[in-house]
Amino acid sequence: MILDAKIPEGPLEKKWTSFKNNAKLISPANKRKFKVIVVGTGLAGSSASATLAELGYQVETFCFHDSPRRAHSIAAQGGINAAKNYQNDGDSIWRLFYDTIKGGDFRAREANVYRLAEVSGNIIDQCVSQGVPFAREYGGQLTNRSFGGAQVSRTFYAKGQTGQQLLLGAYSALSAQIGLGRVTMHENSEMLDLVLVDGHAKGIVVRNLITGEISTHAADTVLLCTGGYSNVYYLSTNARGSNVTATWRAFKRGAAFANPCYTQIHPTCIPVAGDYQSKLTLMSESLRNDGRVWVPKKKGDSRLPQEIPEEERDYYLERKYPSYGNLAPRDIASRSAKEVCDEGRGVGPGGLGVYLDFSAAIGRLGEKTIRERYGNLFEMYANITGESAYERPMRIYPAVHYTMGGLWVDYNLMSTIPGLHVLGEANFSDHGANRLGASALMQGLADGYFVIPNTLGEYLSTQFGKKVSTDMPEFKKTETEVRARVEKLLAVKGTVPVDEFHRLLGLIIWNECGMARSEAGLKKAISDVRALRERFWKEVAIPGTGVELNQSLERAGRVADFLEFGELMCVDALTREESCGGHFRVEHQTADGEALRHDDKFAEVYAWMFKGEGNDPELVREELKYEAVHLATRSYK
Amino acid sequence: MSTMHFHLRLWKQKSATDQGEFIEIDAKEIPSECSFLEMLDIVNNRLTREGKEPVSFASDCREGICGTCHMVINGVPQGPGRGAACQVYMRKFSNGQTITVEPYRVGAFPIVKDLVVNRSAYDRIIRSGGFISEHTGGAPDASATLIPKPVADAAMDAAACIGCGACAAACPNSSAMLFVGAKVTHLGLLPQGQAERKKRARSMVRTMQEEGFGNCSNYYACEAVCPAGVKADVISMLNREYIRGELSEAVGAID
Ligand SMILES: Cc1cc2nc3c(=O)[nH]c(=O)nc-3n(C[C@H](O)[C@H](O)[C@H](O)COP(=O)(O)OP(=O)(O)OC[C@H]3O[C@@H](n4cnc5c(N)ncnc54)[C@H](O)[C@@H]3O)c2cc1C
Ligand code: SF4
Ligand code: FES
Repeated sequence: MILDAKIPEGPLEKKWTSFKNNAKLISPANKRKFKVIVVGTGLAGSSASATLAELGYQVETFCFHDSPRRAHSIAAQGGINAAKNYQNDGDSIWRLFYDTIKGGDFRAREANVYRLAEVSGNIIDQCVSQGVPFAREYGGQLTNRSFGGAQVSRTFYAKGQTGQQLLLGAYSALSAQIGLGRVTMHENSEMLDLVLVDGHAKGIVVRNLITGEISTHAADTVLLCTGGYSNVYYLSTNARGSNVTATWRAFKRGAAFANPCYTQIHPTCIPVAGDYQSKLTLMSESLRNDGRVWVPKKKGDSRLPQEIPEEERDYYLERKYPSYGNLAPRDIASRSAKEVCDEGRGVGPGGLGVYLDFSAAIGRLGEKTIRERYGNLFEMYANITGESAYERPMRIYPAVHYTMGGLWVDYNLMSTIPGLHVLGEANFSDHGANRLGASALMQGLADGYFVIPNTLGEYLSTQFGKKVSTDMPEFKKTETEVRARVEKLLAVKGTVPVDEFHRLLGLIIWNECGMARSEAGLKKAISDVRALRERFWKEVAIPGTGVELNQSLERAGRVADFLEFGELMCVDALTREESCGGHFRVEHQTADGEALRHDDKFAEVYAWMFKGEGNDPELVREELKYEAVHLATRSYK
Repeated sequence: MSTMHFHLRLWKQKSATDQGEFIEIDAKEIPSECSFLEMLDIVNNRLTREGKEPVSFASDCREGICGTCHMVINGVPQGPGRGAACQVYMRKFSNGQTITVEPYRVGAFPIVKDLVVNRSAYDRIIRSGGFISEHTGGAPDASATLIPKPVADAAMDAAACIGCGACAAACPNSSAMLFVGAKVTHLGLLPQGQAERKKRARSMVRTMQEEGFGNCSNYYACEAVCPAGVKADVISMLNREYIRGELSEAVGAID
């Protein structure tokens, strides 16, 4: 298989315009004839559903949540980037593009990233016109803050609830279209498989989570907007329900999975407190605008933070990366936190924590300003830990947060299965080996509002007269397979709760495929995951039946897929014998412990193809050609 | 780490048509640092190991923003303290305490199973007018309209609603006015929301009534339980907007 990214000809700055000028258009009369299935109602899925319906397509949208508004995007806190340059601080499309490529450690596709930067401004316009209440200055202008990996202020925000407000904007646009009858919405509906007809994605199999009913749905094209797979680690900042099922099922039907080992560990989360813990809570990166990160210089220093004098504190990010300081990119900030904790200088229970200190900012700006900027985050922190960050520094530790890997897509956002498009965090396309803060919201909305409405015609224009229906044997066959899988899970009748397997899987992946990875560790992880998977299919307990709301069954299906996916992640990490971005192989580091890339061999996308149960997946590569930027060693010093 | 012990009364109900009853469980050795939902996870996993069916309850983000979790804890929708049920921590209870957990009791939110109810009525209210009609790509530059900070902030405070339904669950009349008022206020305060202002209030209120929610008689129980801190002022705003909408309709100024 050869991966053709279908990047338009011409200079970088002109590619998107020339694509749009030459794109295949579908006339309004024909749009009405095409049906589009959208799976997912996060930023990517809601924006795509609403926009495609406005354009006249028949849209059917699915989500496993009880309302489209509850998609995981709702939880994003800090903000969304856009190259508006309202602050007049030298920002531009080029700079946003370059920061994103560099932040991604030169492992993303130039043309996609440039397009993302290009449409970023339109997103803000779009959101404001929907009524998204972005933060404003007294004079009424939009205000901005800074995020990691950038030296300009280009992040728009709505308190600490930016994702909520952006999603509610997209949800309102979607709701308007549902009200008009142009989108049919299926809530509580989990996609369990993809249906292919003549090798093209033409439908899905869905289980209704309330009734257990399994049904099939046909369309001319399918859009997966199903989010990321951080929950393979069990503990992550993602919502509990986030999972890999939709993309994994698509993988097993022939969609290549790209760079699964590129995962992002966020530096500022509330540390793990115990085994009972069900998820981790992010403290937004925006806090690093005003918070200073430090640990004691001395090992095992058990004094209270306020008792440690200034000269005995190590503000290690400011020391190591003077030009970016506390705003060093996430992968670097996380690894540095791990390093100081490994040295025995961590704080709090188990020594797995560092301080994020606001005292200087409170002194400079006053508590009121800090409260206004971060009030809800401080409150969340106090609620969980019982400590006030106005009085003493927060304790934070890195946690899994985002996954850059995902289904491989070309410039049109189409996967290796014709007709299957992938948007938002579910695809691999824009963030390389590390995503910059406030860029996921930007990408989700770019894909849904501005990219797919323009690129979908490339596929649909080849599909006139190729209608399919759920009566076709392909649909029946896939449905039967899904039913069999559900039955198989229910038939195990073991005694171990699903959560237990998920937690054990998470530990394996976190220890061996987390912040630092080694050949021996990854090999061990692969065999441990296999063994755990075997145990799962013998011992998992799923009380109840398949024809009702059965939360154990839901979770078991997702964990079963994670148990397969986790192995692929480790295989990818083992094969990528370099360090880049969030992927740090201990064998490949510079003398001062920074990630060491090997551009001669690895300036490539690694995409994996399913080759049947029990067989090794096949690796296919896409060479990353850098025409506009020069491959450089990332430096934030 | 210290542990605690609770006596739980949990609502079990197979389906909307089933009778339903409380089951009593002694929850021993619960880590004092865990959250309410983590306590329920522990209890459910113990039930599972004993071959019994766990108690269904909904949750997702577990940080108070998605609005998925919904239950009544000791008589209070979304439980004690500010925030959603997922933000309640066991250290807020005393050791040995009896805790009663039951579903929202709102006619317009039929019970699905155990603690889970169907809140799709709120989505239908939004679909009937809780938006600004615009179309992608047609927006003017975001800086074209200046919106003073106090206005933007007030719109944000109303927009913070997480759609959890606690307002209706707390209200003796099962009114959804805090929820509807929050959306009408958010969009009605902003310049972008003016064109459809009257129509919006009118259609949302009509849908609310059709869905079977009651009217507001100023108990303010909604404000007291709202995890997003939405203030009851939004109800006054809603009433004003609604009357204007009705008047405009009466004189034929909106269809
Ligand atoms: C705590 C937190 C804070 C964040 N803060 C920021 C930030 O400040 N700025 C930023 O840019 N990014 C941030 N991110 C990242 C960002 O929020 C996500 O990457 C982004 O929202 C993902 O959007 P999405 O539309 O791709 O998917 P999601 O929002 O995850 O939506 C997935 C959708 O798919 C549906 N779905 C999934 N699987 C199935 C299935 N099998 N069947 C049916 N439906 C399915 C779900 O129901 C849901 O509707 C944050 C992430 C976290 C965890
Ligand atoms: S107004 Fe408050 S209580 Fe009512 S749905 Fe919104 S967040 Fe929940
Ligand atoms: S689980 Fe999201 S608000 Fe409680």
